[in-house]
Amino acid sequence: MTILYVLIAAILLIGVAFAFRSVGKAATGNAPFFRDMPTGVAYGYVLAATLIVLSIWYFFKPLDIDGVPQAGVLFFRWAVIGFAIFAAAAFVFRLIFRHVGTEGSKKLFRSMPLTAAFGIMIIIIYAIFAVFAGFIAPYGQEEVLGAANVVPGGNPALGGNPDYPLGTDQIGRDILSRLIFGAQNTVGIAFVTTCLAFFIGGSLGFLAATLGGWLDQLLSRTVDALMAIPALIFALLLITIATAWAGSSSWLVTIYMIFIIAIIDSTRVFRLSRAVGLNIVVMDYIEAAKLRGEGLGYLVFREMLPNAYAPLLAEFGLRFCFVFLTIASLSFLGVGIQPPLADWGTMVRDLSPFINYAQFAPYAAATPLLAAGAIALLTVAVNFVVDWMLHKSSGLKE
Amino acid sequence: MSDQLLKIRGLKIEGRSDETWNPIINGVDLDLNKGEVIGLIGESGAGKSTIGLASMGFTRDGVRISEGSVVFDGVDLVTASAADKRALLGSRIAYVAQSAAASFNPAHKLIDQHTEGPTQHNVSSRSESQSDGIELYRRLRLPNPEEIGFRYPHQVSGGQLQRAMTAMAMACRPDLIIFDEPTTALDVTTQIEVLASIRDIVEQFDTAAIYITHDLAVVAQMADKIKVLLKGDEVEEADTRTMLSAPTQEYTKSLWAVRSFERPAKPAVISGSTPVVSVKNVTAAYGTVDVLHDVSFDIHEGRTVAVVGESGSGKSTTARCITGLLPPRIGHVEFDGQQLPLDYRKRDKMQLRQAQMIYQMADTALNPRKTIGETIGRPVEFYLGLKGREKRKKVGALLEEIELEPTQYYDRLPSELSGGQKQRIGIARALAAEPKFIICDEVTSALDQLVAEGILKLLAKLQDQLGLSYMFITHDLATVKAISDEVVVMKDGVVVEQGEKADMFQPPHHPYTDLLLSSVPEMDPDWLDNLLEARGVDNIGDAAVDKM
Repeated sequence: MTILYVLIAAILLIGVAFAFRSVGKAATGNAPFFRDMPTGVAYGYVLAATLIVLSIWYFFKPLDIDGVPQAGVLFFRWAVIGFAIFAAAAFVFRLIFRHVGTEGSKKLFRSMPLTAAFGIMIIIIYAIFAVFAGFIAPYGQEEVLGAANVVPGGNPALGGNPDYPLGTDQIGRDILSRLIFGAQNTVGIAFVTTCLAFFIGGSLGFLAATLGGWLDQLLSRTVDALMAIPALIFALLLITIATAWAGSSSWLVTIYMIFIIAIIDSTRVFRLSRAVGLNIVVMDYIEAAKLRGEGLGYLVFREMLPNAYAPLLAEFGLRFCFVFLTIASLSFLGVGIQPPLADWGTMVRDLSPFINYAQFAPYAAATPLLAAGAIALLTVAVNFVVDWMLHKSSGLKE
Repeated sequence: MSDQLLKIRGLKIEGRSDETWNPIINGVDLDLNKGEVIGLIGESGAGKSTIGLASMGFTRDGVRISEGSVVFDGVDLVTASAADKRALLGSRIAYVAQSAAASFNPAHKLIDQHTEGPTQHNVSSRSESQSDGIELYRRLRLPNPEEIGFRYPHQVSGGQLQRAMTAMAMACRPDLIIFDEPTTALDVTTQIEVLASIRDIVEQFDTAAIYITHDLAVVAQMADKIKVLLKGDEVEEADTRTMLSAPTQEYTKSLWAVRSFERPAKPAVISGSTPVVSVKNVTAAYGTVDVLHDVSFDIHEGRTVAVVGESGSGKSTTARCITGLLPPRIGHVEFDGQQLPLDYRKRDKMQLRQAQMIYQMADTALNPRKTIGETIGRPVEFYLGLKGREKRKKVGALLEEIELEPTQYYDRLPSELSGGQKQRIGIARALAAEPKFIICDEVTSALDQLVAEGILKLLAKLQDQLGLSYMFITHDLATVKAISDEVVVMKDGVVVEQGEKADMFQPPHHPYTDLLLSSVPEMDPDWLDNLLEARGVDNIGDAAVDKM
């Protein structure tokens, strides 16, 4: 039945699209914009307009019908308002840095798309939270406070408490403080792990590309073998073993985890840096350096590495997201960052039962979404910045 | 119906960079009648290709036609609707790109790509256009016309692909074909074949053509009239013979004069003196296949030895043997009478320093992330041990030697230089090692003629000042004539002839040398006709090479 409705709507929209184009042609005296518009594009315009109208209608639906809260409308409003606030903040952020800073940074911000400005802003905010977590967070991450299960929002009528603006978890720890400390733990550990993965994968990849021969074969086949094993399951297996070795020391488990994820992810970095390196190593300037009698270190670090910055930096951004999500997933599965350290993955897992209350208590159901949202926001931000850097570096090659 | 096919009036084209629109073409007019061929000539960046594409009503991404009209047979292509243009392009206007190898889809057979146009435009059925394609292949004198269309692009040689592409452009019997440098990437012997085929077929079907090239001699053979462009402006236009015999503008005259540069001859070598570089009976192989067979020649102090041959003849491989990148299987290389280790990794710093190299593509020869100061400074520091202020002074002196202002260029990146300037930096990097011997691998073939002449003059000047010896690898015989003292002709990894330049350019020649020499286009519009008459239509290009 639903399929039938969708089909009817689609056919209706195609009709409207044709009408839209012919009206446009007639109204503008056959302007090239309407004249050369393919049917697909006309359909796209009509579909987009329809979706915008539907969204506006949904946005202004009442929050409460006969005492039953409309959770969907509430969440939709939060999403739209959040989007608007972030977009405005990014715009202001970009505007400020177009007029403040060095000549170079001003020029950079002038040609920057809004998405990249948003990404940089979020990364800076996260970095500040991560570095100064101890000063910013109102409570400690392990501090068990009086009231458990305080609903976020700080409105006593709905079960909130202004002292804990984002509420507390099942054993009464402040969620806002734990989110801020989570930035330190999750993001900090992900950053260290990614750096390590790049150090291992990058140096071996360039070595394989430059020297070739049996070393390249050995390294590449080892990497192939490692990549054949599903990453998350492999990490799970290794961490289980490492936990047995580490005994009761929780920080030792964390260090083992950093090394395990770094090695698994370094296989991906190896593949990329070897491919990039192979493209660079055939260049005439490398041949000129070889014929000059330069050593391996000079070739790799002075001649090759500067030309590989753009793809490696872009990969760093993506890899950081993957590592970060792997750690969050491992924490969610209970083997990652160990309690009582605050970690976003663990927080999502611990608070996940609340999602069942979404129908009748949307504020309570928002608790697990806060940590998940923190993860999503950083991932999106990093990807925006990476996209922008890739675009910039490909533009430079022209 | 008038005779006029294409009429371009006040064409202005702009390109977008750094958020603003900058002019590329500043108002060019062009008239073309049915069956007429116009040659567009100019340096790179003159806007030749942009005009070529604009005459199809098309612009590249980030480029727009801001003013003017392009009227093709009564239809203004600038304002025409997408549907109207679709009907014209491919069927009445066709395009032949510079690199056929990059323009064919490697996943489809030639004939399948050939039949696509006629079937799309409902000109003929698939089987009709297929048999027509075979007929066109025959007329373009492709070998095995019945069978060649059923191959994939990678199974066909570059010259043949270029002709297959011309056949494809002909498939709908268009009124206008735009040739964008169709022979620039080909060897001279192959080029003749393609030129002859293109000219024949254009004449047979009375097709009008816009022929874009930077090679004056080529355009002299192909075009009825020539238009000279400079930085988006028209310099002058006249019919071919007038243009060649009596150009009116200074710029055109300077273009015409480029080919006259020739360095005075050097005295002959004193017999018995030790050569700087001596290649002794070198046989070298890639894998198990020998690509060089018993190559021997000497290079004496202060002299230039040009190594000439088609691509694949082993010129660059010989250079790789001398530098030690490819250790020879048999034979060795001597430097000042001393035998060099075969592998460059076994040579010491002094031996590496004595022989330097300048590359064909300055773009890949300079590290794009290093400033000019770093690029030239590295060999200064590495070989001469100079640091800090002394290094900077030495680099400055080198920059002056290659005629670039030191303070202006020291901190620039290669991307901020023109092609000719980049090539000069390559020369400075080689000079920085203070070598006795430099290998120049096709150093001017990627450059415009005026710029190339500047590089040749610079190399000649440096040779006189510093007593350098050059090994000059090239396929361009004009360059050989301009700069060399001795010539080595190579074919299929074998030296077919060698000797003093004066002797080499005088008959009698080895038949292959003769073929090479006579294949170089000359500025005489009758050159191709005379040559075809002398050789016979079936005995040009690859066919002639194969018969040897």
